[in-house]
Amino acid sequence: MKRYRHAASGVLVPLAAIGFWQLLSSMGWVNATILPSPMAVLVKWWAYLRPLEVFDPAQGSYLTWCFSGELIHDAMGSLYRVLMGFAIGAGLALPLGLTMGYSKVAYALFNPLVQVLRPIPPIAYIPLSILWFGLGNPPAVFLISIGAFFPVLMNTVTGVQTVDSIYLRVGRNLGASQLTQFTRIILPAATPYIFTGARIGMGTAFIVVIVSEMIAVNNGLGYRILEAREYLWSDKIIAGMFTIGLLGLGIDTLMSRLSSHLLKWHRGLEQG
Amino acid sequence: MSHISIQDVHKVFESGGQEVHALKAINLEIPQGQFVCLLGPSGCGKSTLLNAVAGFSLPSTGVITVEGAVITEPGPDRGMVFQEYALFPWMTVEQNVAFGLQIKGVDKAAIEAKVAELLAMLNLTDFRKRFPKDLSGGMRQRVAIARVLALDSPIMLMDEPFGALDALTRRNLQDELLRIWTELRKTILFVTHSIEEALYLADRTVVMTYRPGTVKCDIPVDLPRPRDVASPAFNALKKDLSQLLMEEQSRHNQAEFRGAAVD
Repeated sequence: MKRYRHAASGVLVPLAAIGFWQLLSSMGWVNATILPSPMAVLVKWWAYLRPLEVFDPAQGSYLTWCFSGELIHDAMGSLYRVLMGFAIGAGLALPLGLTMGYSKVAYALFNPLVQVLRPIPPIAYIPLSILWFGLGNPPAVFLISIGAFFPVLMNTVTGVQTVDSIYLRVGRNLGASQLTQFTRIILPAATPYIFTGARIGMGTAFIVVIVSEMIAVNNGLGYRILEAREYLWSDKIIAGMFTIGLLGLGIDTLMSRLSSHLLKWHRGLEQG
Repeated sequence: MSHISIQDVHKVFESGGQEVHALKAINLEIPQGQFVCLLGPSGCGKSTLLNAVAGFSLPSTGVITVEGAVITEPGPDRGMVFQEYALFPWMTVEQNVAFGLQIKGVDKAAIEAKVAELLAMLNLTDFRKRFPKDLSGGMRQRVAIARVLALDSPIMLMDEPFGALDALTRRNLQDELLRIWTELRKTILFVTHSIEEALYLADRTVVMTYRPGTVKCDIPVDLPRPRDVASPAFNALKKDLSQLLMEEQSRHNQAEFRGAAVD
């Protein structure tokens, strides 16, 4: 009973906000071009989501048709870029972070450069990325990988550096070689940090993908809401924004599920 | 020949700009299979001595040998049980116990058999798939003991292993340790600051002085086992040891008041 009441109170504020918004529109207090009604946004969202053509079996399967809508196409485009960029950024950050965390020499060599580059927002790389990679996916993926790179790197370094020394003592006591110490003790001990870094990196990647699509790509959710502005389709802008939000929430939930599944041993540990 | 031989060991280290003589002229000969307790107030260097035998921090001068070989590094021939358990939280109970055997390169079937045997010995079989965070302190220390026993090392080093446990769990594990020791006849070097624990467990109790850590006295405990903590003989020994320990404790207190204690 209590749980339901809890869930009910969770939808109370959003419902009230939507109600207020609807009221603003219905009473004609705001111009519909500036702020369309929630209903109009929903209608537009559905139109954006559903297939543009009528179903024709000659064109392909029913499932393909279902996913032929513009929104699906845009979302897939954005998702592809996020995943590619994240894979490259995190894929480079992880080995470098492990090396920097483990070896004092590597840390001394790389840390100054990292500290100088880290405060540069990925957005600031836009001019250079277009100069280097032109337009389309390559500059977007490049920017996203920069956005994902630093959070994963910094957290991996910290994760390795803060491994409790008692585990290393136990490892030496049990006769573990350097390699075994690294793979069986340091790496698993650092995974909670690495996962935190990955989650932050994924969040950054998602911000950067929207921005990069507004500048360098001609599809994707970021492109679509900027395009909608040119036609003054504010309902489509808002529909696009909600889609971005839902996709972001979906990705973050997935990351958090994955990490709590893989870190079963760690759940609740930080509380003692 | 004695099993562990500690010869004229000194240990000096720097702490807060001061030179601290943690150990001074320690000489101990420990025969195979003996249960020895190192007893003393905090700051007497008993853990420092244990760490020197473990090979974590070598003596400044003097040598420690095991079976005649000088100790230069930590090794699985001297398994250590820590007060803070130090189980690997990402490994289940059975993975923790198996880890040392995997390092040794023992084949899989033999590891499984050995782990099953040890878990049964320490009443952990039902908990083998659990992670350390889901175990009580007493259970965790059983796992830590099983992990060291898996190494089949002739020597067990124990650094206040039951210090963090409640009185009942502590007695329980003490009995269990005695049972295991009787069965496997390992040489045990056990650090504690509890007089009763030392008298309950040890064949021999070595009392150490407050800084610099020296051997104040080396007392055989000849009481028959299982020992009765309420017996007159037990209490007479306890009284003697209390007297000795109080002297060292008051030196520790005085040093602390002078602001000289560096722990």
